[in-house]
Amino acid sequence: MAMSRRAWSWGAAFLLGALLWLVAYPIILSGFEGFTGPEGATLQYVREFFARPNEWQALWGSLWISVATVIVSALVGVPLAFLFGRTEFPGRRVLGALVGLPVALPPLVGVLAFLFLYGESGFAAHFVKWITRSETAPWRLQGAGAILLVHAYSMYVYFYLLVRAALERMDGAALEAAASLGATRWQVFRRVTLPMLRPSLLGAALLTFTTSLASFSAPYIFGGGFRVMTTQVLATRLNGDTQVAMVETIALTLIALVALALMGAVGDGNARGGSKGAAPVRHLATGKGRLFAMIGGWSLAVLLLLPHATLLLLSFVPVGTWTTQVLPPVYTVNNYVELVGSAERLRPLVNSLWMATLATVASLVIAVWAGHLVVRRQVSVRKWIETLLVAPWAVPGTVFALALATAFSVHQPWALRVILVGSLWILPLAYLIRNLPVASRPILAGFRQLDPSLEEAAAGLGATRAGILRRVTLPLLAPALGAAGALAFVTALGDFVTSVLLYTYDTRPLSLEILSSLRSGDVGVASVYGVLLMAASAAVFLLGSRHGDATG
Amino acid sequence: MTFLVLDGLTKRYDEALAVDRLSLAVPRGGILALLGPSGSGKTTTLRMLGGFEVPDGGRIVVDGQEVTGLAARERRFGMVFQHYALFPHLDVRGNVAFGLEMLGVRGADIDRRVRETLALVDLAGMETRPVDRMSGGQQQRVALARALAPEPRVLLLDEPLSNLDPTLRERTRRELRALIRRVGITTVFVTHDQEDAFDLADQVAILRAGRLEQVGTPDQLYTEPANPFVAGFVGRATRLDAVLEESGPDHAWVRIGEARVRIPGRRSASPSGPIHLVTRPEAWQLVPAAGASLRGVVTDRRTTGARAFLTIRIADGVMIEVNAAPHAAAEGAEVGLVAVDEGVHLFPRNG
Repeated sequence: MAMSRRAWSWGAAFLLGALLWLVAYPIILSGFEGFTGPEGATLQYVREFFARPNEWQALWGSLWISVATVIVSALVGVPLAFLFGRTEFPGRRVLGALVGLPVALPPLVGVLAFLFLYGESGFAAHFVKWITRSETAPWRLQGAGAILLVHAYSMYVYFYLLVRAALERMDGAALEAAASLGATRWQVFRRVTLPMLRPSLLGAALLTFTTSLASFSAPYIFGGGFRVMTTQVLATRLNGDTQVAMVETIALTLIALVALALMGAVGDGNARGGSKGAAPVRHLATGKGRLFAMIGGWSLAVLLLLPHATLLLLSFVPVGTWTTQVLPPVYTVNNYVELVGSAERLRPLVNSLWMATLATVASLVIAVWAGHLVVRRQVSVRKWIETLLVAPWAVPGTVFALALATAFSVHQPWALRVILVGSLWILPLAYLIRNLPVASRPILAGFRQLDPSLEEAAAGLGATRAGILRRVTLPLLAPALGAAGALAFVTALGDFVTSVLLYTYDTRPLSLEILSSLRSGDVGVASVYGVLLMAASAAVFLLGSRHGDATG
Repeated sequence: MTFLVLDGLTKRYDEALAVDRLSLAVPRGGILALLGPSGSGKTTTLRMLGGFEVPDGGRIVVDGQEVTGLAARERRFGMVFQHYALFPHLDVRGNVAFGLEMLGVRGADIDRRVRETLALVDLAGMETRPVDRMSGGQQQRVALARALAPEPRVLLLDEPLSNLDPTLRERTRRELRALIRRVGITTVFVTHDQEDAFDLADQVAILRAGRLEQVGTPDQLYTEPANPFVAGFVGRATRLDAVLEESGPDHAWVRIGEARVRIPGRRSASPSGPIHLVTRPEAWQLVPAAGASLRGVVTDRRTTGARAFLTIRIADGVMIEVNAAPHAAAEGAEVGLVAVDEGVHLFPRNG
């Protein structure tokens, strides 16, 4: 295969160029705008940024909301992980899987579901009004508290999933060893279990922090007067202060990058602890403990899944029939029937499906190509390729959408800028770029686990390069492809952050349609779209991860 | 003198009996091996001793104190796990000191005892090494040091040699034996490897399907197996179906296929009838085929250097393994067989 060295280097150069153009260039370009005034380079907008008290409020708001989200999510997710990872009770498996499902749900669906359950005119408020015989709503779901609640409700999943996975592969013998060395249950927990969970806890904390920092839907819908950076960027931009908006995106990106660097630094520890040994002992396996675990597990699961059940219920409620009753009085499948019957109603669904599919397939192709170049060929620019592939993770969606909107809104072919904004292609492209991290991580990992001698054996048996790819590499990568594809598809399908800045009427996706039906008070229709998004995400996610389990 | 007693120990999983009324006794400082195939209940027994499984019946007594109901941490037993179960977040010192800290040992005393224990397992000066950067053999010694540091009453080892490669295994076995003798600690270990059991233990208990088949010194098990299972499990052996025709004070007559064969050796008189005949390779001597009552054809020959193992077909589908001088017979040769003094065991066969 010596003859192909050069060709492969060209391939690497091409891929690197494409990634630089798609991932780095828009960000750099929009970064420059923050330092460019009518008379060339200037720090005027940076000074303006620091001079406005609003900006400081937003920065501070983003930071403390994110820290608080981490704390509250940990308080929900970690006990939940212990409950489902360390006890045994009827229904544990199914509930344990259900409780982890929100990881695959688009944030907007969570927000919507939360609104319908705990909002001023949601179920909880109706119920309280009915009990107190009051006419006015008992609370307003708005401001920092509301954002924090929604965040905790959707982001506990990171702590839950990571800690539970760590508990499940934890060497049970290490805990027995501690017990036989004289440690009490509390000492075992504090001196052995907790330190062994440290990498997972740190990883979950940083994931929650960056997600919360980039969170847009919750502050956008519940924020009210509360300022955070993501919504501030949008507001400033809509105000016409383009340059200040760019300075804001730079500030937000910097915080996110610092967090990502921290994640990389503690990520090293994640490799540890996966030793083979006795399976972890499930405590509380008998009598009273079992009963408590069951009651706790069931009630927590119901509490956490209630918003999504609400969404499902409301999708059967016709427009304008639910006003003051505790429960909606009328149920019908009309909302669904209308959806299928009307081309205009079906449009957003079709849009979302084809755009997400295109973006997913393209990101998988890029990821497999990159995996081959980085892991197999070990091309000299592999570090660059890898960094560019994960970089979109660090950049909040708002920032990225703004950068794309900036880069591809003028026609300057010499500067590699073409007009894409307003066209059919800007959203699939945005989804593709945003998908690169989720698609490439499992696939690169898959390539690393693949024994290169398998491909060599196929080559030795006379297979062509295409034949090797089709008959050996791709089938062996199937679990990674399944997981990567499912995650990428689900992310693109439910995207709201980038869509809200880049969509056109013709390409409006599900999330935007949900928002507009919500604004026009069409709760039933919004719920139908929400349920569809929820069902599609859950189905694809379960399918992808099951495939991953079966063959991996 | 008995220090550790297992009295009628029973463990049930769902309805299956994992350990069935197991009774054993170990003297102070004795080394007991629990030997058996997988599923024999040996690991369950060890885990009951360690306090990680609650027995459904029976008692465990140490030094006159019943510990059956005590939690693992209250027993003061030291356990070395099969995959060592070292704490990955602690270094060597942190691992070895763990049990001492639980005992309330503080400050300089901990340092001194960690140092002494590490010297004992030949890891002096390795205190600050991270445990996941050590070789398998070193990790095992850390695990041993961690178990020994709090001076437990009984040492429990789960498959102590199964994770080591063959060359390291033999050396480790010798070192382990020397160490246990030096410390003088009462030890119970589990193994599926007969060589490990015979080399390390004073007493070997052979388990099958949760029941004790036989307990004794390695010599006793080899020369006086209580049943065909023990005879077949310990050492190399061939098992044949035969018929006991008569038994006398110093020999017996047995029919193997067509041949009537004289088996020397003292054994209690037993009724004639169908038997299992279990033989060691060294129990037979080659003689010229002509005139011998038991004859066969050499079908396979493997040399170990000083001796050769011959597989001899004495009837269709009936093979017998014999140990002979390297050039005693070539493949395909017809030979005669005569039983010598020891190594043939006869057990009545029912039905």
